[in-house]
Amino acid sequence: MAVPSNIETTFLLGRLDWNAIPQDPIVWATGVVVVIGGAGLLWMLHKYRLWSYLWHEWFTTVDHKKIGIMYVVLALVMFVRGFADAIMMRLQQAIAFGGSEGYLNSHHYDQIFSAHGVIMIFFVAMPFVTGLMNYVVPLQIGARDVSFPFLNNLSFWMTVGGAVLTMASLFVGEFAQTGWLAFPPLSGLGSSPYVGVDYYIWGLQVAGVGTTLSGINLLVTIIKMRAPGMTMMRMPIFTWTSLCTNILIVASFPVLTATLVLLTLDRYVGTNFFTNDLGGNAMMYVNLIWIWGHPEVYILILPLFGVYSEVVATFTGKRLFGYTSMVYATVCITILSYLVWLHHFFTMGSGASVNSFFGITTMIISVPTGAKIFNWLFTMYRSRIRFELPMMWTIAFMLTFVIGGMTGVLLAVPPADFVLHNSLFLVAHFHNVIIGGVLFGLFAAVYYWWPKAFGFRLDPWWGKVSFWFWVVGFWVAFAPLYILGLMGVTRRVRVFDDPSLQIWFVIAAFGAVLIAIGIAAMFIQFGVSIARRDQLRDETGDPWDGRTLEWATSSPPPAYNFAFTPVSHGLDTWWDMKRYGQTRPRATYVPIHMPRNTGTGVIIAGLSTICGFALVWYIWWLAALSFAGIVIASIIHTFNYARDYHIPAEEVRATEDARDRQLASAGV
Amino acid sequence: MNTATQAPGDFWEVEPHHHHEGASTSIGFWIYLMSDCLMFAVLFAVFGVLGGSYAAGPGPKDLFDLELVALNTAFLLLSSITYGFAMLAMVKENTRGTLMWLGITLVFGLLFLAVEIYEFQHLIHLGAGPQRSAFLSAFFALVGTHGLHVAFGCLWLVTLMIQIRQRGLIPANRRRLACLSMFWHFLDVIWIGVFTFVYLLGMI
Amino acid sequence: MTHFFKRLSWLAPLPLLAGCEAVVLRPSGDIAARQAELLVQSTLLMLIIIVPVMALTVWFAWRYRASNRQATYNPDWDHSTKLELVIWAIPLLIIVCLGALTWVGTHLLDPYRPLDRIDAQTPVSNQQPLQVQVVAMDWKWLFIYPEQGVASVNELAVPVDRPVQFTLTATSVMNAFYIPAMAGMIYAMPGMQTTLHGVFNEAGEYQGLASHYSGHGFSGMRFKAHALDGAGFDSWVAQAADSGETLDRARYLELEKPSENVAPMAFAPVDPQLFSRVVNMCVEDGRMCMAEMMAYDAQGGLGLPGIANVTVLAEAGRGTPRPVLGLPPFQVTGICTVEELDRMLASAAPAESTPRDMSPLRGRALEAPQGILGRNLIPNRLTQTTPPAGADQNL
Repeated sequence: MAVPSNIETTFLLGRLDWNAIPQDPIVWATGVVVVIGGAGLLWMLHKYRLWSYLWHEWFTTVDHKKIGIMYVVLALVMFVRGFADAIMMRLQQAIAFGGSEGYLNSHHYDQIFSAHGVIMIFFVAMPFVTGLMNYVVPLQIGARDVSFPFLNNLSFWMTVGGAVLTMASLFVGEFAQTGWLAFPPLSGLGSSPYVGVDYYIWGLQVAGVGTTLSGINLLVTIIKMRAPGMTMMRMPIFTWTSLCTNILIVASFPVLTATLVLLTLDRYVGTNFFTNDLGGNAMMYVNLIWIWGHPEVYILILPLFGVYSEVVATFTGKRLFGYTSMVYATVCITILSYLVWLHHFFTMGSGASVNSFFGITTMIISVPTGAKIFNWLFTMYRSRIRFELPMMWTIAFMLTFVIGGMTGVLLAVPPADFVLHNSLFLVAHFHNVIIGGVLFGLFAAVYYWWPKAFGFRLDPWWGKVSFWFWVVGFWVAFAPLYILGLMGVTRRVRVFDDPSLQIWFVIAAFGAVLIAIGIAAMFIQFGVSIARRDQLRDETGDPWDGRTLEWATSSPPPAYNFAFTPVSHGLDTWWDMKRYGQTRPRATYVPIHMPRNTGTGVIIAGLSTICGFALVWYIWWLAALSFAGIVIASIIHTFNYARDYHIPAEEVRATEDARDRQLASAGV
Repeated sequence: MNTATQAPGDFWEVEPHHHHEGASTSIGFWIYLMSDCLMFAVLFAVFGVLGGSYAAGPGPKDLFDLELVALNTAFLLLSSITYGFAMLAMVKENTRGTLMWLGITLVFGLLFLAVEIYEFQHLIHLGAGPQRSAFLSAFFALVGTHGLHVAFGCLWLVTLMIQIRQRGLIPANRRRLACLSMFWHFLDVIWIGVFTFVYLLGMI
Repeated sequence: MTHFFKRLSWLAPLPLLAGCEAVVLRPSGDIAARQAELLVQSTLLMLIIIVPVMALTVWFAWRYRASNRQATYNPDWDHSTKLELVIWAIPLLIIVCLGALTWVGTHLLDPYRPLDRIDAQTPVSNQQPLQVQVVAMDWKWLFIYPEQGVASVNELAVPVDRPVQFTLTATSVMNAFYIPAMAGMIYAMPGMQTTLHGVFNEAGEYQGLASHYSGHGFSGMRFKAHALDGAGFDSWVAQAADSGETLDRARYLELEKPSENVAPMAFAPVDPQLFSRVVNMCVEDGRMCMAEMMAYDAQGGLGLPGIANVTVLAEAGRGTPRPVLGLPPFQVTGICTVEELDRMLASAAPAESTPRDMSPLRGRALEAPQGILGRNLIPNRLTQTTPPAGADQNL
């Protein structure tokens, strides 16, 4: 891509012209596949007349359960893209030896590693985690929905908007070639004059609005909507970790937003925040972005710590060991996560005292984290462990994550970091904690709550195939990177000349193939399970002999979650209900007050996406128009005062009677 | 399952549960304000770092007109007071009074914006635009973001006045008035920070 | 039997694995060796807890499997104060040890700290470190030897067993300078100066690289670092001096233009102020040096007349396109006289370093922590100079 030295624009299309179509056969091939696949999908939707169903039941829904599922679907779709990037990188690094340039030029390769990071963090891990919290938290606290159902829908679509912008960069223009945090001056106008960084900025800003709003929403939900009797110290541990995560979201995403705004001003207006000249300070960006960036990794991992806690307690058939210390550990991590950001750039040369301070605060985080690991361990002690898939992922996590944690603490020792920073050791470390911690936890969560969401379990055989390929594949792919890091090999390199390194990259690429098989097995598993759903049916609503309130309702739960509000008398409310033989009441049903669906979220998010696209390409009229549209749509929305409806008592009775018949047939 | 032990109490609330619509709105809006506050915190920090980088150009003493800024501060502080009167009128169920005080608040808000736009235009006209130095970049970003918030607040105020005219002081509108009130006072607090750190400290 | 071997043929690359060299763990420079030592010590310290946890996980998972009805089942056991104390205390104790190790190690191995020993046996005597000025360019490394008056691109040579003091900066974007066999890495940033101390203890040819992604040509930003004996170094310098190409400001601006996979070059003589000008971002004629700018800023800027003291950049290139909603890029014009500038740039040059405290870093000898608030977190190490006398009278 020839980068224009002077930016030529036209009124109608800004700087968008035919040159924006990438001259790359790989992108063309992808484009053809996407167009054919997309057309096929649209045709299917049209043929089976699903448009109306999708629009009314899903796109405009304010039901936290459906929004949660849509978040997870988004995450899975984006995961395929992010993983495709990973495979391409592994292949490039495995063949670019001995004078070979590999098959990717630097323009393409640099976009791939930037996009891989951005997509995996912002559009896979974040929506996946948000989706889980959305689905599970209201059920666990005995609520009927989140506090602000419309905002929930808007948040989801804003996240989709960000993802759409990021994906658009593949086919129209380019993505950033800066790494996933887009450090200036490299991401400044001087070094990155074309649209890549702008796609990055607007993609993240649009999605970031969604994330912040969703954080506020879930935070208020947990504070205000808990079932009677559920004091803070009676909340399920997943709800606790979600609470801390949402505190982190609300207290860190504004920093990202502000930082990206300043970068935007540098690029569009020519201000001097992060420039080299005229008093700008690029190192300020590095500090600011990591003040957001470090809490971000805890935003990702904390909810999964909650998942592991729920899974361990359920599948060991035992109360969670050390609930209180688990809660305090979570809170400690939440607070400490703001005191460690500088460990991402010890090598900037901030001086020994500053480096030691941040190194030691980082190490201190391993104390509460270690306490958590021990708590899970002692929950397993004197228990009856059922090795269902969620428990298998949890054991795999415990064995994998401690290694990642150890290498993490190692990187927190500044002198060790001086030789390992920016190396493949670092890359191996954070994949070790993000795959071994976040992703394994997400898989455990999917297997654990799938029956709740869809009313049938996932096929265990394909699940085990996927599990073993994933776990083995992970180690085959990343153990070589640890070794390469110790051989002094750094990250983001496209071609190598030392032939003795190649074998390790080949092994790592082989590991990535194993992971690919694991992913394929997982999708096959979804297909097989859907086909065999009648054999895998969960009639009881409580397939795993669970402990928390989400298992007290049917699978899948009715729109209103609970016909009557549950009351908590201690931890593990559902376990207590079972223990004391408490069954659902069949009192007089009353109409249930519920929020009404609305299309405003889709409209505002759609306009935001268009606005983002217009700003990327300097199409000012479109940006102004879509921005005005956003404002008008928001104002019109506030004139709608009839945002709720009542589910009639008869309908509630019919639903609950059906559940009674289902339970009777299951013999409960 | 062991049912021999006595249950600690009822596990289901059978009585119809009165869910107050919008009960969470104020805390939700409060949390939003705190996140907004963090965004301003970043801008203040950036100003703190870059505030002395004049790039051999003009500094605050050369550019700021304290009297104008004092006038502007007075407009914003007065608008907060008049908003307070609007809230008092709302408590007394006085729709007309509420609308009148909101109108006065709006006028003060617009005056504030007018003065700020004049100040910006003046600086840019001098050649001291946001591009000239990191100090000016940080100044325009911080003060401009505050100004955008006030502009958004004015738009919201107009919308709300129309809604109150249409439907009166119904609970939903009272809730919105309370939220906008928090927003308006929050902007006041931020402005006091701006006035102190950017203008007053800059002039010393 | 042949079948058997054929089946094993996939193992053939294995010897290659054995041939690999973990340079980070077995470096040839003392600093890197001590960093590796700390790395190993920290790992061992953590393994004290990691290994039992992993073993217990496997053991508990096996022992308390649902099918093992012999194992005790205690479903309501969820608390034990003693155990909780242990599980918080043991990691804490390990972190206390590791923290102490970190504090001492970080101060001892701080890249800014002049070396106090050549290797484990030899302390630094009266030896002055070799000065090497490093500029990370797009996309090559420039090394200037101010004492020798030579410069090289993408090739570094230093004498064995002599401490080296690198002072680093960059032209347009941030980078990191890393010779794994010698010492840890450090960022090189435009308009700023960082310092790194290191030494080679074994002669040889080592890999040096850019370790912070810096754009398209990043992969090709590698260089050979030669550790030579005294005579070898002298002849390398002599050879460089023979290159006959002068590195003055004009040639530097030529060199600065982006290029990839650049073959080694040598220059002599070198403009003695060149590095200082690079750090101060005033290699181009007429551009105000940062030291000058900071001196004015410290006095409150140049007032309203300073607004006009700029030159619009005529040529749009890397680093200077016009922002779509802004004015064309410009630079501030320098107003110091040549003599004033000379003085300023000379005083901005890195100070000669002498080994500080040779006693073991323990207790009192450690610098007291300054607290993060008292210290500028943004490591702008640019030497702040006092404004030249009469600088503002020039207006």
